Amino acid sequence: MIPGSFSYHRPASVADAVKLLSDLGEDARPLAGGHSLVPMMKLRLATPAHLIDLHGIAALKGISRDGNNLVIGAMTTQHELLASDEVAKAMPILHEAALLIADPQVRYRGTIGGNVANGDPGNDMPALMMTLGATYRLEGSGGARDVAAADFYQGAYFTALEPGEIMTSISVPVPAAGHGYAYEKLKRKVGDYATAAAAVVLTMSSGKVATCAIGLTNVHETPLLAADAAKAVIGTSLDAATLKKAAIAAEAIMAPAADARGPVEYRKHVGGIMVTRALQRAASRAK
Amino acid sequence: MAKTHVTMKVNGAEVEGLVEPRTLLVHFIRENLQMTGTHIGCETTHCGACTVDIDGMSVKSCTMFAVQAQGSDITTVEGMANADGTLSALQEGFRMMHGLQCGFCTPGMIVRAHRLLKENPSPSEPEIRMGISGNICRCTGYQNIVRAIQYAAAKINGVEFQEAAE
Repeated sequence: MIPGSFSYHRPASVADAVKLLSDLGEDARPLAGGHSLVPMMKLRLATPAHLIDLHGIAALKGISRDGNNLVIGAMTTQHELLASDEVAKAMPILHEAALLIADPQVRYRGTIGGNVANGDPGNDMPALMMTLGATYRLEGSGGARDVAAADFYQGAYFTALEPGEIMTSISVPVPAAGHGYAYEKLKRKVGDYATAAAAVVLTMSSGKVATCAIGLTNVHETPLLAADAAKAVIGTSLDAATLKKAAIAAEAIMAPAADARGPVEYRKHVGGIMVTRALQRAASRAK
Repeated sequence: MAKTHVTMKVNGAEVEGLVEPRTLLVHFIRENLQMTGTHIGCETTHCGACTVDIDGMSVKSCTMFAVQAQGSDITTVEGMANADGTLSALQEGFRMMHGLQCGFCTPGMIVRAHRLLKENPSPSEPEIRMGISGNICRCTGYQNIVRAIQYAAAKINGVEFQEAAE
């Protein structure tokens, strides 16, 4: 399993990377952690003629606070997210989800930018970023633009990234103090993609849900926001009937592929269960 | 495809070689450097047999190109013994606790456990199991591998190794 031949480039700045990408055109691919791309190259499902390795660009790394947002450089690894006190404190759901991605070795290399930019419906971070209301910064030869995570995903492996653009950072609004959160992921084994997963961020007021956002992973060709399910729980105390209503509303928008993780009906069914569990666990954590 | 000259430090020694950009790090280590302790198991980033330690990280060397390792500091299973050539606590643990059957996964297990114990010198059993979750053993059910790492942790911390009650 040896990848096809390619030319290797290691630019030192975003401007150089963007220039290489636009000069080399469609045959060039950016290389982040490589834990999706390199296996694809070994299977010859991807055969880029040029790899633009982003590891030499210091500006793409690190986590910083900008007002009420955490700004995460696209080349920040899952391991660095897990090691960040700022993430653990301000956005514990990001810590919880990062811990469920693949295995330790993959987390040392895998980057948040690669995870969200690849457009793989199985990746965990996209639905989470939609749930948190994140914005992606994309930079190309024409300059930088910001795209909401909710508008970024257009189909499997098909995103708002234009040719010649790279994702440089992700800006995530810090959820309200005392919020409850949970990322519930059903997988066949450690390291696997989700059979179905649900992210919930909510706030409670006097025992009732005040605000709620629900994201769904790997139950459609794109990550989903389950808006109707979230609406169904607002103003309730998450009684059994409401939880059931929310699960049904979430299942209604799911359209998973039938694959080794199970047939469509099973994946929708467990998707609903993930929503129920995430809502309950998030509510139990809300202060 | 033109070859690229790479240099890196492997097990404390400066090494160099000519590689194609598509040469995977694991192939550079096994074929150019003739260090065959690092194994190729699945080739799909799942099994962890190819794990090496790069600049303080456990990395699956089948999923990284040798050109990407330019200038880095790598430790393979060949670099796991003590400086005087005696077995390290981890190696001794795998031997004493019989942390292997066929032994194919062992190099990756030892290199991964090395980094795990550097980051968390006193891991609980669940932490050990999570810590080696990127390394697959098809023989042992992991019981003795976990004990081997517990043995090593105890030795490194200077405490007596306590067998967990069955």
